[in-house]
Amino acid sequence: MDYVLLFLRSVFVENLALTFFLGMCTFLAVSKNVKTALGLGVAVIAVQAITLPINNLLFSFVLKPGALSWTGSSSLGALDLSYLGFICYIGTIAASVQILEMFLDKYVPALYNTLGIFLPLITVNCAILAGTLFMVEREYTFAESCVFGVGSGVGWALAIAVLAGVREKMRYSHVPAGLRGLGITFITVGLMALGFMAFGGI
Amino acid sequence: MIRKWLDKMHPLFAKGGKLEKLYPLYEAQDTFLYTPGEVAEGSTHVRDALDLKRMMSMVIVALVPCIFFAMFNTGHQANLVIQAADTAATAAGQNYAPEGWRYAVLDTLGVDYRSAGTFSQDLANPSRALACLLHGALFFFPVYIVGLAAGGLCEAIFAIVRGHEINEGFLVTSMLFPLTLPPQIPLWQVAVGIIFGVVIGKEVFGGTGMNFLNPALTARAFLYFAHAGQMSGTNVWTGVDGYSGATALGALASGAKTSELVDMTGKVTVGTDTIADAIPNGLTWWQAFLGDMHGSMGETSTLACLIGAIILIASGIGSWRIMVGCLVGMTAFSGLLNLAAGYSPDNSMLAVGPQWHLVLGGFAFGTVFMATDPVSASMTNLGKWIYGALIGFMTVVVRCINPAFPEGIMLAILFGNIFAPLIDYFVMQANIKRRLAYNAA
Repeated sequence: MDYVLLFLRSVFVENLALTFFLGMCTFLAVSKNVKTALGLGVAVIAVQAITLPINNLLFSFVLKPGALSWTGSSSLGALDLSYLGFICYIGTIAASVQILEMFLDKYVPALYNTLGIFLPLITVNCAILAGTLFMVEREYTFAESCVFGVGSGVGWALAIAVLAGVREKMRYSHVPAGLRGLGITFITVGLMALGFMAFGGI
Repeated sequence: MIRKWLDKMHPLFAKGGKLEKLYPLYEAQDTFLYTPGEVAEGSTHVRDALDLKRMMSMVIVALVPCIFFAMFNTGHQANLVIQAADTAATAAGQNYAPEGWRYAVLDTLGVDYRSAGTFSQDLANPSRALACLLHGALFFFPVYIVGLAAGGLCEAIFAIVRGHEINEGFLVTSMLFPLTLPPQIPLWQVAVGIIFGVVIGKEVFGGTGMNFLNPALTARAFLYFAHAGQMSGTNVWTGVDGYSGATALGALASGAKTSELVDMTGKVTVGTDTIADAIPNGLTWWQAFLGDMHGSMGETSTLACLIGAIILIASGIGSWRIMVGCLVGMTAFSGLLNLAAGYSPDNSMLAVGPQWHLVLGGFAFGTVFMATDPVSASMTNLGKWIYGALIGFMTVVVRCINPAFPEGIMLAILFGNIFAPLIDYFVMQANIKRRLAYNAA
């Protein structure tokens, strides 16, 4: 039950895109139509689901204070490597995205072609890194970080799909010249966040 | 006579005229009062004589019961409170004299609220409809007029600068908006709210038909989050300064732990005295259905909304699919929560049955007038069902599960609005797939 709640929380209440406004660059750039948005959304879910558990293991067995005590050596066990966090996490993300990409290319070429450029692109998406950092900050267990990874990915994917739906509809809008493109998209995202306020406080 | 006057004015505003730039203003007056005389040139695709203006006028007609009830109930609740205070003061040998401009106005009309024994006068008696209407109108009309003026000004500026016509959609927005506000709302907030709703909610997207959120609700949500003190809590729902009384939902949400909402005719009885304080003598289902309770001005009466719903459905303007969808979503999820209520005795909202969700708060008003807004709702038939059910479901989620907000219909509809295009997208994709498979076979 706790895991279900954590999942729902990470999808709706703490939506990475609409509550924390993370991953905005791709969020705004790749939301012109629903199909590509869904593709990107799936890619984010996959990457979050892979990198969060890996980073969780990395954190609890290598980086956090006293994490290395499993080696049995007292000098290693006294180390606090958490200052290496950022570089390790982003390295994990880059590596796992690379491996995922090679795997897809080899075994699931159809999906690989659909995702195309988005897969390498989300390596540098701040939503992904933020997922890991939230996990570290909130001290999730391994199981929790698996759930949180999938949940936060689903939340982000949902948000971008919704935005793409709205933007497809807005093709027929007559937006003032000065606001066309990114301007109106920012306003749209803001109004969407207003709608997501329904969950604020749960 | 008006026709003549308008015709006389026409050259002034027509192309090349002195006030050419202000043509949208003229056009709005002209076509609102009369069916346009110009005939479309070339081939047309008119299906029937219903245009946007007639459609929006129909919504206003459907709103009339709500408007009258809003005025009646606002006055009624205020008069009840004043009567109680007056009686108490007289018994204590004092004189209760409410302050404020409204009482000065009423005074000049011959209704003296300030003297003792006010309620022996016909026009201040809470059981007299006219007295309540009169008092309530002094709350409703200032809000309505300020909203109309401030929002109308923005609408007119946009129409003139961008060269589109002033749209009757705005009349509906400006009529819906005051009905969703508490009687004690400061007027400047009304202006700020509706300007936000009209400009950010609608005009930046190009005007009526091109927005994706309901402008009236956008305005209300903006006020709700920006000025929560005047939009929620216990002090704003009755038109008497210093009187504190929560809405039924507010009272339920703020910790009436062991509430029992008994059968349809029973009273809201609670173990703790929270609700008994908030709602003197409890609240029966019929009372809530008729609307005799605190709340935003137009939302209290389910009956008035029901009449509006019949008009909207009969004239084909409001979608019955959305309304029924909302009902189904609300009933299903609140029924489910009723079953779960035993496991979580701390949350008294879980025990609130669907029949109460229907009559309390703004559910009926939102379902009938806000969710069915043809611009921001789903367009496909199946989509309308899903969209409606989503709103009903979300309303219950916010009301029962989210402790931060006692009322959920506003946020639920905004949430539904942002999902509507995506719902449509998937419904259409499914249709395309089905047709392809059908034709291939």
